[in-house]
Amino acid sequence: MAVIEVSQLRKAYRGRGVLDGVDLTVGEGEIFGLLGANGAGKTTTVECCEGLRRADSGTVRVLGLDPVRQAHELRARIGVQLQETRLQDALRVGEALELYASFYPRPRDPADLATQWGLGGLRRTAFGKLSGGQRQRLFIALALVGNPQVAFLDELTTGLDPKARRETWELVREVRDSGVTVLLVSHFMDEVEALCDRAAVLDGGRIVASGTPRELIARAGVAGTLGFRPTAPLDLAELGRLPGVTGVTERDGRVEVTGTGGYADEVTRLLAGRGIVVTGLRIHERSLEDAFVTLTGRPDRAEQPDRAARTSRTDRPAVADPDRTAARRTR
Amino acid sequence: MSTTAHALRRLATVEARLFLRDPATAFFSLAFPVVLMAVLGAIPALRRASADLHGLSTVQLYAPILAVFSLLTLAMNGLPPVLAGYRERGVLRRLSAGPVRPALVLAALLPLYLAVAVVSLLLVTAVGLVCGVPLPRQPLGFLLAFVLAACALFAMGLLVAAVAPSGKAGNAIGAALFFPMMFFSGIWIPRDLTPELLRRIGDLTPSGAAVQALQDTWTGHLPHGVDLVTLALFALGCGAAAAKLFRWE
Repeated sequence: MAVIEVSQLRKAYRGRGVLDGVDLTVGEGEIFGLLGANGAGKTTTVECCEGLRRADSGTVRVLGLDPVRQAHELRARIGVQLQETRLQDALRVGEALELYASFYPRPRDPADLATQWGLGGLRRTAFGKLSGGQRQRLFIALALVGNPQVAFLDELTTGLDPKARRETWELVREVRDSGVTVLLVSHFMDEVEALCDRAAVLDGGRIVASGTPRELIARAGVAGTLGFRPTAPLDLAELGRLPGVTGVTERDGRVEVTGTGGYADEVTRLLAGRGIVVTGLRIHERSLEDAFVTLTGRPDRAEQPDRAARTSRTDRPAVADPDRTAARRTR
Repeated sequence: MSTTAHALRRLATVEARLFLRDPATAFFSLAFPVVLMAVLGAIPALRRASADLHGLSTVQLYAPILAVFSLLTLAMNGLPPVLAGYRERGVLRRLSAGPVRPALVLAALLPLYLAVAVVSLLLVTAVGLVCGVPLPRQPLGFLLAFVLAACALFAMGLLVAAVAPSGKAGNAIGAALFFPMMFFSGIWIPRDLTPELLRRIGDLTPSGAAVQALQDTWTGHLPHGVDLVTLALFALGCGAAAAKLFRWE
């Protein structure tokens, strides 16, 4: 069952198009990642789902409800973590949790939630005295205090150190495992790769690809690299003829094979077949970050898409197109 | 709706705690008026009726001024920085994302501030009793004047909160209005000692009208129409403008 269904969502601010026909389907109980560069329209999309913004056209359904017309009913069933909000400096952690719990018909126990999110010892600490990471955890806890069926988490781990990020991911998995659907907005590829069951890449106001992180990487056709030092002579031309292999180089006895798809399996099968032992084996996995760069045509983009950028989308890799149709078909 | 009632109770409790944790506003609205009243009342000469003051004592004259001072502090130094700060920080937006309306903040804050002003008034009245100031002799008129004064001043505070882009700006605009309004309330030079023209102008300001109406009803007269109309017009005008201009984000 689809928990979030967005189709042909369009939104312009002062004539400048931000969303240009976004299609999105999030299934029940999954962690869904919405990826995109700054200004790609991630937050606008999510705010339309939360009912904080009204789209110019298109339809949005969350838990089968219209986020604008049935806002009150919907908001009792969703949890929201917003970017760049602060609470009152003098408000204490425990007070904030109890206050927000009082807004919902069937809230979580604020004390349990505080303990779960590592805020147990901070319940009497004022918001103004919290560190960035502690504030972030408090906002996530506030998003969950109403016992929501869907949680919207916008830039989940901004301001957290690497250890805290990993702990947060583990907690978000637990949230998912308890049956909550999570829509995660992020520009951290490693986070989406590690955490999300499925993800969509937003670029130029549209979804240009969606699927599991693995599928996104595969569809982007990004080349990986396999490097090793063979202990016996090896025919490099033969390696180059293997399926998926796109290039072979050798330097000082070290062989580097680049390729896509199952190229690495082919290489190891060949080596095993010849009984060639290799040393110094190193595999550079294709990451979602590589895929993202390929799918959006650039590493990052600070500005909103303008007309020029939109027309240049024909230069993008062709892989984006079949993907978009695939995303439509799943609706 | 029991959830809303529960939420409002929680929010009011939280706002009350936050109010008490903000020492400046809490002190000047709650403690300062009664302390000043006690200081004035401790001086025998100021407890005596004076012909210069139309037969009133200085403490009697200051009682309504201090009641208005409390309202003025809450309206100008309380509401604008708090509400504009909530908007700036995204507190109102965060509330919008939940099932309660952000207007619930007003439903918690305004009664809280009114309650603080009433407590302050009761404290001033109690000290006044000890110092020979009788209870208001025209209680219904006094009540009407007090309610109108609270409406007018709080509406002005809401209007400042509506137009101020940040908590700091709210603080600055509020303070800029606070001092001239203090002047017209007569806290530095009691209204009865100022020239006729200045008093006439004062009657057209919310703080001047509020003090005059409270003083009249305290001493047993009926409130003047001009003062009540001034207060009502400020309440309606500023209230309507605030409602039109207020942005939740």
